[in-house]
Amino acid sequence: MSAILPPSERVWWKQPLDRVELIWIVIALVWCLIMFFMMPYWHVYGKQNLANEAFRTTPAEYLKKTEAMIAQYKVREEGAEGQKVPVVAPPAGADVYLVARLWQWYPILELEAGKSYRIHLMSMDWLHGFSLQPENINVEVHPGYDHVLTVTPTSKGTYSIICNEYCGINHHTMTSKLYVK
Amino acid sequence: MAINRNFRTCPASGLVFHEPADKLMRWNAVAAVVFLLIGGILAIGVVLTRWQAVHLLDPSAFYQVLTAHGLNMLVFWIIFFEIAVLYFASSTLLRCRLATPKMAWLGFWLMILGALMNNYSVIRGDSSVMFTSYAPMGAHPTFYLGLILFAVGALIACFVFFGTLVVARAERTYVGSVPLVTFGAITAAIIAVFTIASGAIILIPTLLWSLGLIEHIDSLMYRTIWWGFGHSSQQINVAAHVAVWYAGAAIVFGAKPMSEKVSRTAFLLYILFLQLASAHHLLADPGLTSNWKIFNTSYAMYLAVLASMVHGLTVPGSIEVAQRQKGYNNGLFEWLRKAPWGNAPFAAIFISILGFGFLGGISGVMMGTEQLNLIIHNTLYVPGHFHATVVLGTTLAFMGLTYFLIPVLFRRKVAFGNLATWQVYIFGIGMAGVALFLMGAGTLGVPRRHWDMSFAGNAFGYEFPGAAWLMMTLAGICGLIALTGGAMYVAITVWSVFLGETVEAPGFKRVSAREGVGAVPLPAPEQPGAHAGIGGWGMVAPGTFVLALVFLTSFVLYYFVNWKYLSTVWPLK
Repeated sequence: MSAILPPSERVWWKQPLDRVELIWIVIALVWCLIMFFMMPYWHVYGKQNLANEAFRTTPAEYLKKTEAMIAQYKVREEGAEGQKVPVVAPPAGADVYLVARLWQWYPILELEAGKSYRIHLMSMDWLHGFSLQPENINVEVHPGYDHVLTVTPTSKGTYSIICNEYCGINHHTMTSKLYVK
Repeated sequence: MAINRNFRTCPASGLVFHEPADKLMRWNAVAAVVFLLIGGILAIGVVLTRWQAVHLLDPSAFYQVLTAHGLNMLVFWIIFFEIAVLYFASSTLLRCRLATPKMAWLGFWLMILGALMNNYSVIRGDSSVMFTSYAPMGAHPTFYLGLILFAVGALIACFVFFGTLVVARAERTYVGSVPLVTFGAITAAIIAVFTIASGAIILIPTLLWSLGLIEHIDSLMYRTIWWGFGHSSQQINVAAHVAVWYAGAAIVFGAKPMSEKVSRTAFLLYILFLQLASAHHLLADPGLTSNWKIFNTSYAMYLAVLASMVHGLTVPGSIEVAQRQKGYNNGLFEWLRKAPWGNAPFAAIFISILGFGFLGGISGVMMGTEQLNLIIHNTLYVPGHFHATVVLGTTLAFMGLTYFLIPVLFRRKVAFGNLATWQVYIFGIGMAGVALFLMGAGTLGVPRRHWDMSFAGNAFGYEFPGAAWLMMTLAGICGLIALTGGAMYVAITVWSVFLGETVEAPGFKRVSAREGVGAVPLPAPEQPGAHAGIGGWGMVAPGTFVLALVFLTSFVLYYFVNWKYLSTVWPLK
């Protein structure tokens, strides 16, 4: 009589529950329901939710919008000689385009604390992972899907964007800054 | 063609082995250990490179080794072993001949061919695309072809398993319902068929794409369908190792499931709901609505979580009942104190239950919560989680089962005396450390699949906090401990199987089933009030209930700690 032999009751669902099992099932079910309601609850009352807003587009189209934004809001360039990356300081509420490509984030963003921005994320080639440190906000970046996040930086400082979706041999060099003033 | 009906009876356990099934189980188990050895050697490179103070490999070699480590461990080692478990749960437990042994061999050799071909593509150096091989990052065609051949072989094995169930029913080799362990194996096999179908749907077009026959593979479609394969294959492991837990409790303690109804219903919940939970890999992806994400990860996943929480109570609960019936009935925990802690299969299963529940289960729910995923996605928290589930949960349970199978299946004594027990503790503690510290590093934002967390020489580098570095060092040290445990496992099993002392059975011979196996075992009648006089506080297993409440308390606390942490990051919508 054990788990490796046929059960004694020919019809196993007629076997009664043990009390300890019943109590545990009820407790576990209640806990699972609480966990379920936490997600819709956070959509209503919480402040950190991913948007449902995404558009299908092409890398060329997306890059054109990015270049237009850079032309409008560029304040300076940063980086090593020969690998300068433009820094843009868009106004609050603006559409901000961030390009992910092998192996670079483009351009560098300079935002203001307490203001909201519509940040667009898209990859030009393979999958990339937007990982903002040390906040630790992590979002998957796809080619062909323009993903819009409305972000409100809370405190001033210099933040880093690293890539945390493996994207080939120089994956670990794909980093950038994000300034909050 | 005559059907081979030769069986042998194991003198120690009384289990019955069909001759062709016996050989297939041995070959599948040996193949599994070979791939575990390969994956283990590769793990040295992974551990010593991510341990930043050592930083052994260059990036190209590191990504290559990491890809091969994932595939050999997560696919080849585990699935070969699971095929052996499927044959054991059907042919041996049902005392039935294995259906179509020749097809089973075809499946076996296809799996070998596929595994070798896939490893070849990674060794070539142009297929370092990780276990997930996310399109549009492409690998050599042999990478996908190898996986497809392996999957076809595994699918054949699943159908041999189903065929054996049909044969057992037709030839009346058992009475009533199948044993619980076989029921668990059926769960695993049904999930496996779904898994392999998903794999075929995505890997076949990807193969054609890598050959240039298809223009474009959409990255979101790839991830959505691939995870139907990638995550579901982990559900096979869960169903299989829970079945092994029940088998272990039965073998070591003679434990009887507390209630067949509860345990089997919990397995049914796995079949119905686990696959949809694959959606939790896509929580940080664009183009999918929150409704879709919440539906698939909560309604579906939490019913599967419920099933795991039920198994987490019923397996130790059945052990507690068995121990109390043996007389260890004092207080809450005498049954646990007097448990055979020196018995390797028991120790392995106990650590497997604890590790899978406390480390793997709780962290899995965190990652599967839509908003919490934002602070976890693609960090080292993820490998931390699955080293707790797949390694501490599945691999350790399989290791424990091996020490039972060596005498029963291979008819050899387990070599090196108590070393097997030490192996279980060393591997278990090392791997628990790996899981825990990787999760710690992930909480601090350290990315997974990343060669250099120091970002040396990078104009826009990021300096991780000291605590993250400490976590990585501790994970490295624990990784070496786990590697030691893994090496001990390979040494003990290989030595026992090939050089070990043979278990002598006087008068051993195989007998034909028609005259030899004897009467079909009738299930013993249920004795009313069998549980009378044991336990306390109105329960038969109060100790297990207290342990379950400890588990629940840590679960609840940790869950809300993560929400608190989430509420401090930048608002976004």
